[in-house]
Amino acid sequence: MSCTPLVSAAAGSGRAGSNRHRLPIASIGMIPAPGSSAAIQATGLVRRFGEFTAVDGVDLDVRAGEIYGFLGPNGAGKSTAVRVLCTLLAPNGGSATVAGFDVETEPEEVRFRIGVALQDAALDPQQTGMELLRLQGRLYGLNKADVAARLDELSTLVDIGDALNRRIGTYSGGMKRRLDLAAALVHNPEVLFLDEPTTGLDPVSRIKVWEEVRRLNDELGMTIFLTTQYLEEADELADRVGIIAAGKIVAEGTPEALKRSIGDDVIVVRIEGDASLAKSAVASVEGVTSSDMHGDELTVGAADGAAIVSPVAVALSASGVKVKELTLRTPTLDDVFLEITGNRIGVADADSEDEIQ
Amino acid sequence: MTVLTPPDAPQPTYVIKARKAGFVVDTASVAGRALRGISREPAAIIPALFIPLFFFIVNVGALQDFSEQGIPGFDYKAFQLPVAIIFAVTGVSRASTLVTDIQGGYFDRLVLTPVRRLSLLLGLMVSDFALVCALCIPVLILGSVVGVRFETGFLGILVFIVMAGLWGLVFTGFPYAIALKTGNPQAVASSFIIFFPFAFLTTSMLPREALTGWLDTVAGYNPVTYVLAGLRSLETEGWVWATLGQALAAIAIVGVFSMSLCFAALRGRIRRG
Repeated sequence: MSCTPLVSAAAGSGRAGSNRHRLPIASIGMIPAPGSSAAIQATGLVRRFGEFTAVDGVDLDVRAGEIYGFLGPNGAGKSTAVRVLCTLLAPNGGSATVAGFDVETEPEEVRFRIGVALQDAALDPQQTGMELLRLQGRLYGLNKADVAARLDELSTLVDIGDALNRRIGTYSGGMKRRLDLAAALVHNPEVLFLDEPTTGLDPVSRIKVWEEVRRLNDELGMTIFLTTQYLEEADELADRVGIIAAGKIVAEGTPEALKRSIGDDVIVVRIEGDASLAKSAVASVEGVTSSDMHGDELTVGAADGAAIVSPVAVALSASGVKVKELTLRTPTLDDVFLEITGNRIGVADADSEDEIQ
Repeated sequence: MTVLTPPDAPQPTYVIKARKAGFVVDTASVAGRALRGISREPAAIIPALFIPLFFFIVNVGALQDFSEQGIPGFDYKAFQLPVAIIFAVTGVSRASTLVTDIQGGYFDRLVLTPVRRLSLLLGLMVSDFALVCALCIPVLILGSVVGVRFETGFLGILVFIVMAGLWGLVFTGFPYAIALKTGNPQAVASSFIIFFPFAFLTTSMLPREALTGWLDTVAGYNPVTYVLAGLRSLETEGWVWATLGQALAAIAIVGVFSMSLCFAALRGRIRRG
């Protein structure tokens, strides 16, 4: 199988104050191309709301059969980008194709081929789950037999038993999310857009959605474009991740490649005292590949974190900086985001990593 | 068409694919949901049922003797029945539900499907038409109970209901236009104000001959005047084609205006997302 270079928009130049060479905001790693054609392509995609530019020159190249994670904090432009790709919003600049059709000039062709579960499960509390799925099926031109067959297939996903005949207003958040996902799948789309599909779900429901996303991708080869603010979700599901901040894709690559770009290990130190002193103290420690200060948090990158924990602690102590907390762990996508943008994504959903505290 | 399934991916076990549903199916699907919604929110139609019955009883009780003494041979109950019907059917729409759909994202859910955009509104209007026709029935039953008869017989009653329904239908264009333009429930609720000049600056209390001055002039421009005249003619005069034609023309004129507004608002809503 051929390899495809990971392509991304170049944006920003990294944070000031770092003592190591910034990552170019672009390709990180190489992965095998899952398919031969692009399911989603965007070039210089722009969407403005008045003076505010929500999506600012986004380039995408999502291959058929790929799970692409679009990761970013609230307000980064993820949902707006999805709404443009789904034909709900017209772009103000650039172009995009989904399933081979232009979102602006061939929106109807796009709609036949996509399934969409938007951020808030938009459901009618007066409808029953069954009525929603049937309506959705009819609007996609499915006859009664088709709809019945699909309902049978999707019942595993929905997994709400007799409640499917109850009004949606009585459903729990998890049931609504699963129903929303089932509605997006009624017509068996080629490309599935999931806009924060697990936000607000309990852990059990979240895992159930993950399993279904994997199954759709593994068994049906469905292309899945997944936006999320959960690092763990992107890490678990996505073949590739695009990190978006302030409307621009600031990094893109496989989760592993992105994390490796930070270094093999990260030491996070919460300090009390002079930040510049702390930063210069650890910079001189042998084995330190990067050090960055954010508020009272000093992040130190290293190839072998365990080997330099003690020298870092000693260096900080010698510089007169008080260490409140010291943690050694492997890098997360949040660290990648921090490295590039200077901010954390802000959702407390850290990967399960080895921690030494 | 581009084949997007990767060559080495397992093939789906089913071949169900989206296709065009057809205009009738699209419209019927949207209308079906709206009608089910009406049946599940009976409280929403109680005012539409209560107000016309209330006005009919109060107006007849207050003005029947006075009017019939002043105009020999005048049947005030027959005169008031179409007014009650107009009160029943004017402004009854699913516009507030449409706003809820817009705000809650359900409208986006529909727009994301290949449903014809026209059907999104027409489906709602079909359900509105069914509802306003249904709302006519209790008012007509009350009229029958108090002795109102139709010169045109049963067929006249059907034409009466359809004409009233058409008026109700074309009037829905205004609240739908406001709903689509603003997406604001307060604005939609305020659209009820439009009802007042249509319903009261006309022959709702007295016949045209009794109106004078500016009210007579305004009533001459008010399409409801002609709709009422058409409805009344079915009760008291028989098949007066000129009067019925004027009524239908008045409905058509308002319809062209209101539908232009709401379909333009629909286009705008979909364009701006």
